[in-house]
Amino acid sequence: MVDQLTARLRADDVTLRYDQRIVSADLSFAVPDGSFTVLIGPNACGKSTLLRALAGLLRPAVGRVLLDGADLGTLPAKERARRIALLPQAMTAPDGITVRELVGRGRYAHQRVLRRFSHTDEDAVESALADTGTTDLADRRVDELSGGQRQRAWIAMVLAQETPLVLLDEPTTYLDVAHQIDVLNVLHRLVTQGRTVVAVLHDLNHAARYATHLVAMRDGRIVAEGDPASTVDAGLVAEVFGMPNQVVPDPVTGAPMVVPADTREPVAG
Amino acid sequence: MSAGTRPVRLTGGRRRLVLGTDRRHVAVGVREAAVCATAALLVSALAVVGLWLGDFPLRLDEVLGVLGGRIDGLTRTVVLEWRLPRIAAAVTFGAALGVAGAIFQTITRNPLASPDIIGLANGSFSGMLIALLLLGGGWHLLMLGSLAGGLLAALAIYLLAYRDGLSGFRFIVVGVGVSSMLAATNTWLLLRADLETALFAAAWGAGSLNTATAEVVWPAVGIILVLLAVTPLWAAALAQLELGDDIAAASGVAVDRNRATLVVIAVVLVSAVTTVAGPISFVALAAPQIARRLVRAPGLPLAATAVVGALLLLGSDLIAQHVIPLTVPVGVVTVTLGGAYLLWLLVHEIRRTRWSTS
Repeated sequence: MVDQLTARLRADDVTLRYDQRIVSADLSFAVPDGSFTVLIGPNACGKSTLLRALAGLLRPAVGRVLLDGADLGTLPAKERARRIALLPQAMTAPDGITVRELVGRGRYAHQRVLRRFSHTDEDAVESALADTGTTDLADRRVDELSGGQRQRAWIAMVLAQETPLVLLDEPTTYLDVAHQIDVLNVLHRLVTQGRTVVAVLHDLNHAARYATHLVAMRDGRIVAEGDPASTVDAGLVAEVFGMPNQVVPDPVTGAPMVVPADTREPVAG
Repeated sequence: MSAGTRPVRLTGGRRRLVLGTDRRHVAVGVREAAVCATAALLVSALAVVGLWLGDFPLRLDEVLGVLGGRIDGLTRTVVLEWRLPRIAAAVTFGAALGVAGAIFQTITRNPLASPDIIGLANGSFSGMLIALLLLGGGWHLLMLGSLAGGLLAALAIYLLAYRDGLSGFRFIVVGVGVSSMLAATNTWLLLRADLETALFAAAWGAGSLNTATAEVVWPAVGIILVLLAVTPLWAAALAQLELGDDIAAASGVAVDRNRATLVVIAVVLVSAVTTVAGPISFVALAAPQIARRLVRAPGLPLAATAVVGALLLLGSDLIAQHVIPLTVPVGVVTVTLGGAYLLWLLVHEIRRTRWSTS
């Protein structure tokens, strides 16, 4: 189980809802420090909602989200943003913005009215560009980039925020498989540098390979969590996704690999 | 530690002049500064022209003499007391409308979100008509009525459009609806008024600087200058809001509070203008977009928008007064330019929102 003592960020018996629609009720969850935590589950199972609550963007209707023991809802926005960063699912870049400018927008929480372009800000932007391999793209316009490049630029913006906790909602969706691996490797490197990463992923095999802590959700509840090797099995995948499957060792890393059963209609004749 | 003043350098991908130390400084975009300086020069030149032309014939050197403090008497009265209020009104009102437009367009992320389209002007007009017809008028009462009308209209739109955050599109659609209802109310109020009142109100309703006399202009100019001076404090938050509510919030902006503050600033700016000059369309819509294209910045540059707005309104008012044979309200000139601009915008810029992942 999760060691509650080493989780800076956690949700205590929270009920999450939009208007009157309850997404999760009495949910408790802790993000292990230094982990690469991956949330998986079918569409509309409450992964994104949980992520938004953990980032302080959605206030729980009941219960609290705690960051370093303090209620996230009572922290000033800038102070929260110096500790937690979030990359949402859909992003809009202002027309004509360059990659370096976009990444610079990640520095808002560290800036003051008369201190918006300090050397510290510049260094943070440069190292975020370097960490995501976007240094060469820095002066290009974001709207000219390919999907994979653009996604790395957005991740660079989140990294420039220099937070110990980085939350990402489906950072690999819509990317081709090579770019997905690129992005996951960037996130893995963050974890090895000591940051805590929480991501929603759709690809179960990527989740099983990269996660150090895997969380399976369904209908707003956490069905199982733990390290992937001991958590992912055919029974869990069937329970969470309602899909017959086999789990075999990934030939490259040995991590659990989910193979859907052949459920095609047999061809007559 | 502090590195001292740094010269022009590349920050954020754009040439900026960073003035001050590393710990305390302001940064000026080089291109934006150039645009502002050029537009400000044009505004100054047009202002001198505006002080020069008029029914009472003056020589240009007389105008310059008054401005230099060398000429007194009637000439001075004509320039400083008859003509200056109107010029000052055109300049500050243009700047106010431009900045208000930039604020609305940024927080709704939609270039059509101009205060005249979402019904603030009609709200101010309603407030003013109510003050005039039911409470009897008087400039101070009219001003208060207009201000209250604008604020109430904005509040109504905000509350009706707010649902788990503010969607720009819903804000505009609700605004257009509120605007139509208020326009109908205004017509109904005018039908109940006597002819003289209705004529006065109708002239005001077209948007005109003809009534811009010293007594009504200076209080409005004062309010506007104070607001324009404090608006830069929210410029950084406004720039974050361009990225969408979620990213703005995640990056450390208290979204609801900052947005409410910015809306109040924009509404008071518009209402201060509308109270004196009536609803002047187009400036709030176009000034931010023109400024953005000149500065080539992502997002709407506030300082350049203010100067471009001043240039647009002052230019339009000079056209309305001196170029067109009849004296037409400046609102007629701006709305004509606005129609042309709107068509151009619709033809060229249907593409707006981009999803980075698609």
